[in-house]
Amino acid sequence: MASFTRGFGSRRREAEPDLPPGQYLTTDFPVLSAGPTPRIPLSEWSFSIRTETGETARWSWDEFTALPSEEVSTDIHCVTRWSKLGTSWRGVALDTLFDDVETSFDYVMAHSYGGYTTNVPLDDLLGGRAWIAYEFDGEPLDPEHGGPARLLVPHLYFWKSAKWVRGLVMQQHDDPGFWEQNGYHLRGDPWLEERYW
Amino acid sequence: MRTTGWLPARIAAVRPTTSHARVLTLDVPGWPGNDPGQHLDVRLTAEDGYQAERSYSIASSGPGERVELAVDTVPDGEVSPYLVEVAEVDDMLEVKGPLGAYFVWHESDTDPVQLIAGGSGIVPLLAMARAHDRAGSAAPFRLLYSVRTPDDALYRDEILDLAGRSVDLTWAYTRAAPEGWPEPVGRLTPDRVAAATWPPARHPLTFICGPTRFVEAAADAMVAAGHDPARVRTERFGG
Ligand SMILES: Cc1cc2nc3c(=O)[nH]c(=O)nc-3n(C[C@H](O)[C@H](O)[C@H](O)COP(=O)(O)OP(=O)(O)OC[C@H]3O[C@@H](n4cnc5c(N)ncnc54)[C@H](O)[C@@H]3O)c2cc1C
Repeated sequence: MASFTRGFGSRRREAEPDLPPGQYLTTDFPVLSAGPTPRIPLSEWSFSIRTETGETARWSWDEFTALPSEEVSTDIHCVTRWSKLGTSWRGVALDTLFDDVETSFDYVMAHSYGGYTTNVPLDDLLGGRAWIAYEFDGEPLDPEHGGPARLLVPHLYFWKSAKWVRGLVMQQHDDPGFWEQNGYHLRGDPWLEERYW
Repeated sequence: MRTTGWLPARIAAVRPTTSHARVLTLDVPGWPGNDPGQHLDVRLTAEDGYQAERSYSIASSGPGERVELAVDTVPDGEVSPYLVEVAEVDDMLEVKGPLGAYFVWHESDTDPVQLIAGGSGIVPLLAMARAHDRAGSAAPFRLLYSVRTPDDALYRDEILDLAGRSVDLTWAYTRAAPEGWPEPVGRLTPDRVAAATWPPARHPLTFICGPTRFVEAAADAMVAAGHDPARVRTERFGG
């Protein structure tokens, strides 16, 4: 049982019904990353998915943006406790990308330009629940928000939505990525408050 | 050191460090100790059960069940004005931690270290500078500390003390400087960051902490100056 904190509560924030526990609403778009912002020219950008056989599906920027894309309107939740409601994105569904990928592995490691990694169960990426997003609010995605393209997995804490994503590698086990090795939860469901180890 | 569940913490001491920031010492039975640079979560519970949680960097490090925090008031905020203006010795709260295994400095590392702080971003960097001083570490340390005015610097006296001993210190003032201050007053420019930090040839490990925009600007400046992005670590406080 929590001990009461004498005198606390006078400035309480109203609870927001759409927010997972422990989150507060923000209207701006905070930037959080482990290091400086990489800037990747579109001519050098590519995205790939590599399976256990070493087979690699790869898209250049032009090939990628020619794929069928979707508009996504969704709430996002950062582990540092801000949430932003009704954000709008455009991107390619992971279902589309995995259409031609043969794999029996259940886990994915997302790799980013700049070296960031994050692990996600494949199930969390399929079924219309994840995208590689390249537009925010109708504009090309800013580098500080992960442009040219980032993973978007809005039902998990936002550190899973790897910025500057460059590829996915299938893996047999749910090996931890960057923040997962550094103290954060292996899966990161905001509604279950899966913040830390 | 692994994260614990919520631990009850008793406020053991409070002291002002600026007119709007306070150092809080907590007694946390069961605290597992922490590395310099880690943070914890604070949970406050009102009498009717209402709760709020926020993250705070830890100014102390090493073993022991005493933990030091420093909190700066965010005007209009919910938790920081409580911790700075209302909380008193013997009040209870809860903490969870230590958290974060990336924004930490290890005593065994002898590479040059560049610390860049904006405002309350000094807290985890002070933990590193204290650990470095205490250990008599051979790693060359530099600190660039940006504050609005001289009176806004958290831990000012202690930082001056460390600067006389084990840290090379540069102040940057964004609103008002001491009389006769030779440097320009205003936000840090890439040139000023480059002039006040280790050159890339020294391959420093850089830790940058403070409000999000400050961190973004300082990290960009380090990369523009030629530092390897993989050697630039950042902690953003939001705001
Ligand atoms: C890893 C980490 C370490 C940190 N370390 C430190 C530290 O060492 N020292 C320190 O002082 N701070 C630190 N911080 C920042 C700290 O966690 C808090 O964000 C800060 O104290 C402000 O909290 P608050 O409750 O006072 O403000 P909040 O109530 O969270 O408000 C912050 C801002 O958001 C606005 N806001 C928030 N919610 C609402 C709402 N519902 N409606 C309207 N406006 C709203 C407020 O007006 C205000 O401008 C750290 C943050 C992180 C992520």
